[in-house]
Amino acid sequence: MATITVKINGEEHEVEQGMTVLQACEKAGVEVPRFCYHERLSIAGNCRMCLVEVKPGPPKPAASCALPVAPNQEIFTDTEMVHKARNGVMEFLLINHPLDCPICDQGGECDLQDQAMAYGRSGSRYDENKRAVKDKYMGPLINTIMTRCIHCTRCVRFVAEVAGVEEIGLLNRGENAEISSLEKAVDSELSANVIDLCPVGALTSKPYAFEARPWELKKTESIDVMDAVGSNIRIDTRGNEVMRVLPRLNEDVNEEWISDKSRYACDGLRRQRLDRPYVRGEDGKLKPASWPDAMTAIAKAASGLKGTEIAAISGDQACAESVYSLKKLMTALGSPNTDCRQDGAKLDSGVRAGYLFNTTIAGIEQADALLIVGANLRWEAPIINARIRKRWLHGNLKVASVGPAVQTTYDVDQLGAGPETLKELADGKHAFAEVLKNAERPMLIVGPGAVAREDGAAVLAAAKKIADMCGLIKDDWNGFNVLHTAAGRVGALDLGFTPEEGGADVAGIVADAKGGKIKLVYLLGADEMDLTAVKESGAFVVYQGHHGDAGAHAADVILPGAAYTEKNGTFVNTEGRVQLARRANFPPGEAKDDWAILRALSETLGKPLPWIDFDGLRQSMRGEFPHLARIDDAEAATWADFGAAGPMDSAPFQSPIENFYMTDPISRASETMAECTQVFVLDRQEKGTGTNG
Amino acid sequence: MPDWSPLKDEDRIFQNLYGYHPWNLEAAKKRGAWKDTKSLVELGREKICEIVKASGLRGRGGAGFPTGLKWSFMPPANPEKPSYLVVNADESEPGTCKDREIMRNDPHTFIEGCLLASVGMGSHACYIYIRGEYRLEYRVMEQAIAEAYEAGLVGKNACGSGYDFDIYMHHGAGAYICGEETALLESLEGKKGQPRLKPPFPAMAGLYGCPTTVNNVESIAVTGEILRRGAEWFLGFGRENNAGTKLFCVSGHVEKPCNVEEAMSIPLKELLERHCGGVRGGWDNLKAVIPGGSSVPLLPKDICDDVLMDFDALKEVKSGLGTAAVIVMDQSTDVIKAIARLSYFYKHESCGQCTPCREGTGWMWRVMERLVRGEAEIEEIDTLLEVTKQVEGHTICALGDAAAWPIQGLVRHFRDEIEDRIKNRTRVAMPGAAAAE
Repeated sequence: MATITVKINGEEHEVEQGMTVLQACEKAGVEVPRFCYHERLSIAGNCRMCLVEVKPGPPKPAASCALPVAPNQEIFTDTEMVHKARNGVMEFLLINHPLDCPICDQGGECDLQDQAMAYGRSGSRYDENKRAVKDKYMGPLINTIMTRCIHCTRCVRFVAEVAGVEEIGLLNRGENAEISSLEKAVDSELSANVIDLCPVGALTSKPYAFEARPWELKKTESIDVMDAVGSNIRIDTRGNEVMRVLPRLNEDVNEEWISDKSRYACDGLRRQRLDRPYVRGEDGKLKPASWPDAMTAIAKAASGLKGTEIAAISGDQACAESVYSLKKLMTALGSPNTDCRQDGAKLDSGVRAGYLFNTTIAGIEQADALLIVGANLRWEAPIINARIRKRWLHGNLKVASVGPAVQTTYDVDQLGAGPETLKELADGKHAFAEVLKNAERPMLIVGPGAVAREDGAAVLAAAKKIADMCGLIKDDWNGFNVLHTAAGRVGALDLGFTPEEGGADVAGIVADAKGGKIKLVYLLGADEMDLTAVKESGAFVVYQGHHGDAGAHAADVILPGAAYTEKNGTFVNTEGRVQLARRANFPPGEAKDDWAILRALSETLGKPLPWIDFDGLRQSMRGEFPHLARIDDAEAATWADFGAAGPMDSAPFQSPIENFYMTDPISRASETMAECTQVFVLDRQEKGTGTNG
Repeated sequence: MPDWSPLKDEDRIFQNLYGYHPWNLEAAKKRGAWKDTKSLVELGREKICEIVKASGLRGRGGAGFPTGLKWSFMPPANPEKPSYLVVNADESEPGTCKDREIMRNDPHTFIEGCLLASVGMGSHACYIYIRGEYRLEYRVMEQAIAEAYEAGLVGKNACGSGYDFDIYMHHGAGAYICGEETALLESLEGKKGQPRLKPPFPAMAGLYGCPTTVNNVESIAVTGEILRRGAEWFLGFGRENNAGTKLFCVSGHVEKPCNVEEAMSIPLKELLERHCGGVRGGWDNLKAVIPGGSSVPLLPKDICDDVLMDFDALKEVKSGLGTAAVIVMDQSTDVIKAIARLSYFYKHESCGQCTPCREGTGWMWRVMERLVRGEAEIEEIDTLLEVTKQVEGHTICALGDAAAWPIQGLVRHFRDEIEDRIKNRTRVAMPGAAAAE
């Protein structure tokens, strides 16, 4: 990019051509106030707060957010003209803005408040009545106090551009202009991001309304586990309670958005919690027990069992540390029966490139052709979906899909529903294969619905064949991607938490438990499988986890563990990016850190794990798997052979997610997610689309 | 006084301004429209542009930007990106009613102008965005365009010149802001009529992102005659830099309100007395004149006495020619109330996109309403003036300026009257205070 020289407040600066004056000022460290401007949205230029003086130019201030820099331009941000302009705009913004900061949820983190302090006048000259605007309904997540709105239209631009649904707009004109979604819930998985974008208190968080003040909160930087994207989040706690979850900037992963589930499932952390151990009594009922009693009960059940009679399944939100501990324990006990693929995905832990999102999320922006196989991206990974839309908006991206015909936020060529179309593509008989071949940076995404089935390995092999044949793998480009929905899955696969030689996978464990070959099943937060079968099999079931969900109901002993906000842990996202989650609060009651539970259990079982603290565990794990020490890095995986060619079933691909808002124990316990389910899923099913019949 | 002589009948471009004759093609041809258009088209882009530049024609929509210069900003022909001529027929400026008469009574002069202007900027398609309320004019234009297509004057191989040219009408929905060129383009594209940020200017990225020129109806309609009679002829009217003939729309307190085509730089007094029968009750009964449509500051009688009606002369007295819609107010007028009504208009028509205009127009109107009744403090006049300055020049489009200027004009020339009203009101409201004085 060519650079040019401009003068900002008399100082010369080198800036990139094509930048706006505002960006140039920002780069030079000169502050320019703004409300409507946002890096990731189109430029509206309507708040007029960013006015600066520019020479050469007309003798009036110019909106710096919309003005491109030009060679030898002189920019002034500190002149009389600029001060007057800012002061005037600030006054206009405030004349109809209510003075209700003391009861406004935005108070303390309000752009208008901050900038009024910096650029406003001390008193008001406006003697007329202030405007009052009726509040709007925007769904269960967004609270509106529309009198506070300053019409910056960030929310309108966000839903139209990033979320890809035209659900919010500006009605009427002049001082009667109002933001509205026409009294219906904003139907997007990313809708609540408008709350962060709103520079004032017009759109605030409904579940968090009047809960806390920003200065009361402790802020912890962590990682989200509601899907496998690994969105960077900030957890705000007061005392030991998680008050809210906000997105954190990470250009490589979630930019600055998070899904509504990532943001609002956190109220599920307060309900349905396992806060003490339980042991199933003689009468078949779970009874509260002490830690030693629970441990003894497990030791009793395990005594005399051969290693092959023991099995362990890790859940979707398990951190790498606990999975590693469990793996070591199982090895010590001589059990080959370990698996992390609750959904039965036929992914092989041996070849890393065969289960990663190799292109990386940021890499999507370079793609020019995309084939989606068996995925509903809007629900399986809204953040990745948004990235594809971002790329698509730039133009010249052809997208095609084999799988469920779902609503997308970009144009998709629906090629077919199942393996038959995939086979055509793999045989090079389908026209879209040519599109992939001719593309410079072609991409393929295999969704969970394509591999979590009996013929998953064959589907994977077919996808690999397409990748090889259509040139998806190049020296500097890997266009083959597997999309996961479980935050702990890639980490567990990296750690080899799959059946050892002669061991059983999840389906095998359930069958062997029924058949009596497996007598003890250890569930590490596993709630998403056929647990009724496990319960009825007669095997002794231990559940270690944080919520009283399906796994706990099946258990004979319950060991209360920590949820994702309550522990330090390593998570590897679908790209293979290693990220650290940090403890924001403590597990409730007698619940303990997961690694500590497993360490104690190993002691009880007479096979003590070789570390005495968390650091020791981490060191051991990183020694064995060095890539887990490279934090925030998504290491490229080497292309190799994977999958197993074979016949494919003709059944169409189906997304495993039936309800985006409830996919794990935490979101199932969340009241907010229950409300969303009612509004966005159940009500729709009952009412239909409005055009049916 | 510069030597000024009244416009002769044969020099009038709009021969059927008053609709005394039929508007149809046959009648229009008899009046001289579509005469030798083929040879004019064959002059080619550069030549047409050159002649229009030389004629000194300045935009008739209000801003007065040189028309030929504007056309020359259009990029060279690009097979991948068409360029467009968009004609602004959203005539909504209060007091202005000239384009309506052109479209209603002289549509062929206008359509011919569209063709020639398009050649002059290298565009092959023209959209005419007509004001929502102009139903009759829309129908006339539709029929006139159909006639022109039928006669092969427009369409493929227009006038047999080998130039392809299509022309379309588009009906607005009656919003004043859609007369702002970029809001007009938004509306034409089917979006909400809100002005765009500039740059990029329409000549670079206009309608559907393609190079576009937006011109007023009158600017386009006069091009045919300029090309036929030559730049020198047009340049012969008016003072330097203010060339040509111009349609004036005179309304208000004159004996005979009218539309009239006159030479530029006609003295205001001459215009009113020659064509409108003078001010009601005589020249001395004059109080103020708004010389160029509601957006420009008004002028008190002493300035009106000898001011000339052209761009530069009116600018010198801190007003403007605007659309040349002359609104005359005699001594019976409550001038504060008149401006307050305009303030209401701008408050009502603000699109609400940018802050100073959205919030400022409402504020100004409310204060104006109180000034009408005298329910204010004297200091508030200065506050109001400051508010107008806070709006002026800080907005995306010119509507903010248009809302501010009439009030600035009022305070500049009639401050005494406002103050008197406040003082009188205070005396009436508080008799005790008055007695104490």
